[in-house]
Amino acid sequence: MAKPSAAVIGLFDTPDSILHAAAAARTKGWRGLDAVTPFPVHGMEHALGLGMSWVPYVTLGMGLLGGLAGMVLQIWTSAVDWPLNVGGKPFVSWPAFVPVMFECAILIGGIATFIAMWMACRLPKARPRIHDERLTDDHFALVVPLAEGVAEMDVIEFLKGAGAHEVRRVDQ
Amino acid sequence: MSTRVDTAPAEGVFPPEDLLSRDIRMRDVTRDVVAPTERFPNAMWWAAFLIANGMLGVGAYTIYLLLVRGQGIFGLQIPVGWAFDITNFVFWVGIGHAGTLISAILYLLRQKWRTAVNRSAEAMTIFAVMTAGIFPLLHTGRQWLGFWLMPYPNHRLLWVNFRSPLLWDVFAVSTYLTISLLFWYTGLVPDFATIRDRGRSLLRKKIFGALSLGWTGSARDWNHYEKAYLLFAGMATALVLSVHTVVSYDFASSIIPGWHTTLFPPYFVARAIFSGFAMVVTLLIIMRRMFRLEHLITIGHLELMNKIILVTGLMVGFSYCTEFFIAWYSENPFEQYVFLNRAFRPFAWAFWIMFVCNAVVPQVFFFKRMRRSLPVMFVVSILVNVGMWFERFNIIVTSLHRDFLPSSWDTFIPTIYDFGWTIGAFGLFFTLFLLFVRFFPVIAMAEMKAGLPNLAGKGKAAQHG
Repeated sequence: MAKPSAAVIGLFDTPDSILHAAAAARTKGWRGLDAVTPFPVHGMEHALGLGMSWVPYVTLGMGLLGGLAGMVLQIWTSAVDWPLNVGGKPFVSWPAFVPVMFECAILIGGIATFIAMWMACRLPKARPRIHDERLTDDHFALVVPLAEGVAEMDVIEFLKGAGAHEVRRVDQ
Repeated sequence: MSTRVDTAPAEGVFPPEDLLSRDIRMRDVTRDVVAPTERFPNAMWWAAFLIANGMLGVGAYTIYLLLVRGQGIFGLQIPVGWAFDITNFVFWVGIGHAGTLISAILYLLRQKWRTAVNRSAEAMTIFAVMTAGIFPLLHTGRQWLGFWLMPYPNHRLLWVNFRSPLLWDVFAVSTYLTISLLFWYTGLVPDFATIRDRGRSLLRKKIFGALSLGWTGSARDWNHYEKAYLLFAGMATALVLSVHTVVSYDFASSIIPGWHTTLFPPYFVARAIFSGFAMVVTLLIIMRRMFRLEHLITIGHLELMNKIILVTGLMVGFSYCTEFFIAWYSENPFEQYVFLNRAFRPFAWAFWIMFVCNAVVPQVFFFKRMRRSLPVMFVVSILVNVGMWFERFNIIVTSLHRDFLPSSWDTFIPTIYDFGWTIGAFGLFFTLFLLFVRFFPVIAMAEMKAGLPNLAGKGKAAQHG
């Protein structure tokens, strides 16, 4: 489905009021709702029906992979490629390899998390759509896309009723 | 200073009335935090910056001489092959730990007061770890071959020795720096977007627009962002506990009396947090004054940090006593001698500076009036870091200069260059920190706004989790 080219945004003053508005808007069956807020509003993911982020799976997978790669690297270099007898200890002296394995797990897991998070957010973006410059300061916006069958007047009425102090139509 | 207001106790152990006033609105946070980056810095900043630059210059000249003339310019000599360099390394890595503790562990523990201090503490971590990294690298002797520390296929057909704690250090410290940097930058992105949207000039809009990666604050983005932030906090927590543990292995896995002890890993971590918190308090006292942020970084916040200094200080004092007890209890004459030697022989002055500054001075924080007095906490925080520097000196030098055979005993006399690069390290650290406070938002605005008391209570209807 193509993304609607226009939307109506309502600006709110408090996280509480936008949370209620978001939950109410969702019960109306409007799709593609979004909220733009200066800080994460708790409960918004439920109010908008967003699923759990997939970023943790990347962290887990890449962290395990990093740890495994670290251990394999150490065993291969110390016991296979150039077996070096250090103080008569076994070549695969795995307890001595634990710290580096751990650090590799954290390093790879961390870098992967960083990349995955920005990919999930579809950032970086050269020209982000900034609806209002106060939204990173102290205003909260509920964005209702004007999909087919969504009447602009209904949305405006609803947002005003929900306590938005400013409502306007924007291009998406 | 702090305003007392009545509020319902928000989440967390500490009542918020002592911290942020109910009068502070979201836009006040934006204005007051961004303002210092938008105007020409004041005289206090310039004075501090020039002093820091001078110290950095001293360090740069010392390093120039080191590269040209070699290690001989320092007082290092067998048997004391590690002295100021490794002391400085351990000292600076330790400083970093408080920043990670504040940003990660206090986040996981839902300590909302951390939002006043976490940004600058994280910056401190990064600059401290960068400063720390210089020392072992320059200590290697042929600094231009520093990349040999990395395992990569090479024409020498050699690999690094993965059984050496010194190599574990390479991995631990570089991972620590990388993850701290990513964590810090992630936290900064929404605040960069705030500065972009204030848009005082086209140039600022462009620079901060690029730094913010096009962040808008959409709920979908926050959803991923918060999860990633939580994961970073988890990973950084593992690093707080592991990095100084690995640093302590440099000592603990050797057989030198005074180093060879299983007590080192936990004590190193506690000591690192202790010194780091002292450094945060020193920096914040100056910074809040310099940029008039007294209402956002309040006496209440500083008092909470002083409590952590007190607790970790008690752990440190306890660890000193344990070391002596174990030396006595071990019935190992070499171990016993090391501790007698530390406390009563040539380097006794270093031991007693350490003991008084770290185990005795922080006791004043048992008194609430002392915890809330700016002059007292400023002096204590500086003394703690003096003590912590001497603690590392004490561990390293006194253990090395007299080990098993009296025929191999010798002393350590630092040269002027040893002091030169020690001063230079402080210069580098303060220069970086001052540049940070000049150009970047020093308080995590998005996080602080979420925890403002004038929002608390209103958000109760929200479904948590």
